[in-house]
Amino acid sequence: MSDATAAPPPARGEALLATVTPRQLAWRRFKRHRLALVSAVVLGVLYLLALFCELVAPYSPQTRNVAAINAPPMGIRFFHTDGFHLRPFVYGYDMRVNPDTWMREYTPNVGKRYPLRFFASGDEHTLWNLLPSTRHLFVAEGGYIHLFGTDQLGRDVFSRILYGARVSLSIGVAGVVLTFVLGILFGGVAGYLGGITDRAVQWFIAVLLALPTLPLWMALSAALPVSWSPLAVYFGVTVILSLLGWPYLARQVRGRFLALRQEDFVIAGRLLGAGRMRVILRHMLPNFMSHTITAATLAVPFMILGETALSFLGIGLRPPVVSWGVLMQQAQNWQVIVMTPWLLLPGLFVIIAVTAFNLLGDGLRDAADPYNTGGLE
Amino acid sequence: MLRASAPGLERKVPDMDKPTDRGGPPADDADGLSAGPVENAEPRRGIARLLRATLARGRLLCAAIARIRLPYAVRRMLGMIPTLAFISIIIFVVIQLPPGDIVTSTLDRLQASGVEVSEEQVQNLRAQYNLDKHPALQYLHWIGGFVVGDMGYSYMFARPVNELIWERLGYTLLITISAMLFTWAVAVPLGIYSAVRQYSITDYTLTAIALVGLATPPFLLALVFLYVGFEVFGIPIGGLFSPEYREAPWSMERLGDLLTHLWIPMVVVGLGSTAVTMRILRANLLDELKKPYVVTARAKGVRPARLVLKYPFRIAINPFISTLGLQLPALVSGEAIVSIVLNLPTTGKMLLDALLAQDMYLAGSVVMLLAILILLGLLLSDLMLAWIDPRIRYE
Amino acid sequence: MTAPVLAIRDLAVEFKTDTGVTPALSGVSFDVPRGQVTAIVGESGSGKSVTANCVMRLVQPPGRITGGSIRFAPDAGDAFDVVKLADRDPRLYDLRGGHISMVFQEPMTALSPVHDIGGQVAEAILCHRDIGKEAARAEAAQMLERVGLDDMERRMGMYPFEFSGGMRQRVVIAMALVCHPEVLICDEPTTALDVTIQAEILTLIRSLQHELGNSVIFITHDLGVVAQIADHVVVMYQGRVLEIGTVRQVLKQPLHPYTRGLLQAIPGVVPPGERLATIASVVGDADIETPHPLVALADGRQVSLPPAQLRRVARS
Ligand SMILES: Nc1ncnc2c1ncn2[C@@H]1O[C@H](COP(=O)(O)OP(=O)(O)O)[C@@H](O)[C@H]1O
Ligand SMILES: [Mg+2]
Repeated sequence: MSDATAAPPPARGEALLATVTPRQLAWRRFKRHRLALVSAVVLGVLYLLALFCELVAPYSPQTRNVAAINAPPMGIRFFHTDGFHLRPFVYGYDMRVNPDTWMREYTPNVGKRYPLRFFASGDEHTLWNLLPSTRHLFVAEGGYIHLFGTDQLGRDVFSRILYGARVSLSIGVAGVVLTFVLGILFGGVAGYLGGITDRAVQWFIAVLLALPTLPLWMALSAALPVSWSPLAVYFGVTVILSLLGWPYLARQVRGRFLALRQEDFVIAGRLLGAGRMRVILRHMLPNFMSHTITAATLAVPFMILGETALSFLGIGLRPPVVSWGVLMQQAQNWQVIVMTPWLLLPGLFVIIAVTAFNLLGDGLRDAADPYNTGGLE
Repeated sequence: MLRASAPGLERKVPDMDKPTDRGGPPADDADGLSAGPVENAEPRRGIARLLRATLARGRLLCAAIARIRLPYAVRRMLGMIPTLAFISIIIFVVIQLPPGDIVTSTLDRLQASGVEVSEEQVQNLRAQYNLDKHPALQYLHWIGGFVVGDMGYSYMFARPVNELIWERLGYTLLITISAMLFTWAVAVPLGIYSAVRQYSITDYTLTAIALVGLATPPFLLALVFLYVGFEVFGIPIGGLFSPEYREAPWSMERLGDLLTHLWIPMVVVGLGSTAVTMRILRANLLDELKKPYVVTARAKGVRPARLVLKYPFRIAINPFISTLGLQLPALVSGEAIVSIVLNLPTTGKMLLDALLAQDMYLAGSVVMLLAILILLGLLLSDLMLAWIDPRIRYE
Repeated sequence: MTAPVLAIRDLAVEFKTDTGVTPALSGVSFDVPRGQVTAIVGESGSGKSVTANCVMRLVQPPGRITGGSIRFAPDAGDAFDVVKLADRDPRLYDLRGGHISMVFQEPMTALSPVHDIGGQVAEAILCHRDIGKEAARAEAAQMLERVGLDDMERRMGMYPFEFSGGMRQRVVIAMALVCHPEVLICDEPTTALDVTIQAEILTLIRSLQHELGNSVIFITHDLGVVAQIADHVVVMYQGRVLEIGTVRQVLKQPLHPYTRGLLQAIPGVVPPGERLATIASVVGDADIETPHPLVALADGRQVSLPPAQLRRVARS
């Protein structure tokens, strides 16, 4: 048996030997997660829109266009009867009341061509309550533009969604920050002190996790006095959302805390004579933060959906505050939805934002912990 | 909430080494139970001596009780009692939190309609509703009645709470349980398929649907159903019965009518949990399929289908069952809001109204019953875990 | 001499990883003689387990068999190429656990934690023979007794977590042998065990092999174990075979510098007090990285060496 085989030399090693920092490694793993990367971009855009909503929105959230009440969305066009136009435009509506149903019916009128002007003058607004201006990203010259249609009062749905994004997206983050504080406080204390405190906190967390979230939220929200200012209600809702949200985070923080104390690299660091501060700062904190940031990212949807549900029921934020939940409150019964389905569009934004946060969280988790294949702490 | 990816929910749970990790407090865990009566000598004062003696006797008793190996189920059930007591306090406090009470909100209503109410009448009302008592007494009054099955009187509906709730709680249960069954029926096969055919087109499609399902608030889904129902089928969807059966007595036809209406709330409430469950099951199964014992089974000559179902599935189902318990709160919450949108005769809408009117007995009892429902679900899922995983049973 | 029960030729396996395609095996060829013990030795990562998995067709993505053949000649019936079997071929499922079975390194994880051991052993029978559950359990109990477990009434219904590592490994061995396979593959079956238990398990495998007369592929990185148990030795390094011979030939008179290195790195071979040699120091500047074809020598052994050394070896 002299079977002779000439195998190619095994190509091993070399390139693998270059050193990378943990951070670079994490970034590499994160980049592999395409969807997470896309989600980060989507969220970036959403938050930019929310930040500059006064500029981007063509109208203020309360501006009413009596010529277009319950009007359907308008399409941006480039082709007119006379051919292609580089400057995009919209067609204005002709309205007539259907004699049978008594409903307004709109048809685009080719005669009413409103070209888009960019950075042109429109509604007055005060950016961040600081800079008064009349500039808008785009306005329709000589007419009106309602990309997502209008509501019963003739208010521009597109503009209202942008203003709503500011409230809904920020309440998500604010709620998570508060949840974070509570979670780290309770989880950290439990993990640090251990013993009876740990047991008590554990038990408390277990009880809270077993509560029917929404009914309790409802109870708490019903407690918000009607007389409160919009800002106070905003903070009230944030606090309410956090009150039932922290147990998830606290449980994870505690788990991480306990696990980290036992980790070989922490013990090794200590044995090597690294100072207490150094162990905490160099080894424990980064590891701990990456997990907690991941958990926090995954908690934002919880907050956004909570706000939406409460406002939808009319016990969260209330008009004139504009949030995605408040906007959807307009679409509570099927008659309205059938007549003006575009009032459901805020819901689409909720779905996009929540999905993006979920995907981003997944990507962050994989980047922080390559061995975790999608499991929960 | 609802179906949000509560940061833990949609991910797999680690091996549930301890079934008592959540739900109720560990029944066999209370410190000191196992400690014997270690007594110091020479108690100095009489009272102290008495106290110590009592304590020692108490400890002895506890130790004796702890030595009786109660069946797991009984231990878990006993553990629920302090949890429920605590929950009832939370609920009472939360509902009493708003300034004012049922009398003020009734007065507001009366005065708005032009009725003059004298101070004396107000006092009478207060006394009638026990509102002049100390809050602790009010709490005891409420919970004492609750325990013996008398949930008090609803001021808003002017009817006993028991009647009001029994009318509706059945439907709440019906919808919640059918939503859970829907979750199981759909999530389990799809989760397995997704894991076994990882990275296939179907896997990607299912994952995408699950992601959207995870992000859609149940009420929005309900609204979409309303819209589609009208636009596509030309019927207004909503309610649990057609108008002609709404008040009719029970009959086969009425049951059939209920079933044709039931599937919409079932799907709407269950979709979020389905997405969560599917993803958990998929992640767990993928983890499990890599384990050496699966290779061992393959090396034994076990056929692929059996390989997945008999081995990893048995283990992947554990965390799945335990998260199922955690999903109950989400299902109950989802049901509450969906019933408002779909106009269902369940506890959701009633709860909202009762909360707004501060109808303590009604609102408190509804929330309390929902909490009990969830705890029972948790208990059931723990018992199932113990039944399915010998490691827990033997602990 | 009868035909070998397994004849492996030019086996090649690749793993797709993030950093590219890693060849795990290339041109692996050796025979497994019937009724004897063939040891595969080599350092960690040399491809021993992958070779064993190929024989059972257990290589899973991202791994893939890219070439070669594994000819299996059962006692009864026609020989066939394991590599060419379709995924759904019934012969594949007969082969696994029926004709060839495997004992794994980690007894702690190789058993399902949620099924009782009686059921797990019986299942191996039920996969291959059409007998009732009760009959299968009875046979399983017999086999378990044979590997040294007692009190079967009680033990059959117990779960793996109630057993020690050594006992679990006995269960795994019982599970592997319960269908009387023609080939038993042991992939480092003693590495995870205490030294005393190791010896017991080795004795068990050896005595069962004598009783049942099956062939054994014994994978290890411990040459001491090889001396105790093997008839033939295959030395692997970086996914290639460096040397094949009888246990006497290879251990007494290693031809390949790498094998010599392995031998001198065994504690106990070197007089006490002296430092153990590292493989690198023995190999010296001899080139063991470049692959060379396996060449058969007059005394039946095969070795993979550069042509110059080969000539010198062949002359002596
Ligand atoms: N799952 C895997 N993924 C990537 N590469 C693998 C995998 N399993 C084995 N390999 C490759 O095969 C080589 C041989 O592995 P193995 O046969 O397990 O070595 P050992 O001789 O220690 O049993 C490894 O060095 C590695 O490059
Ligand atoms: Mg190996």
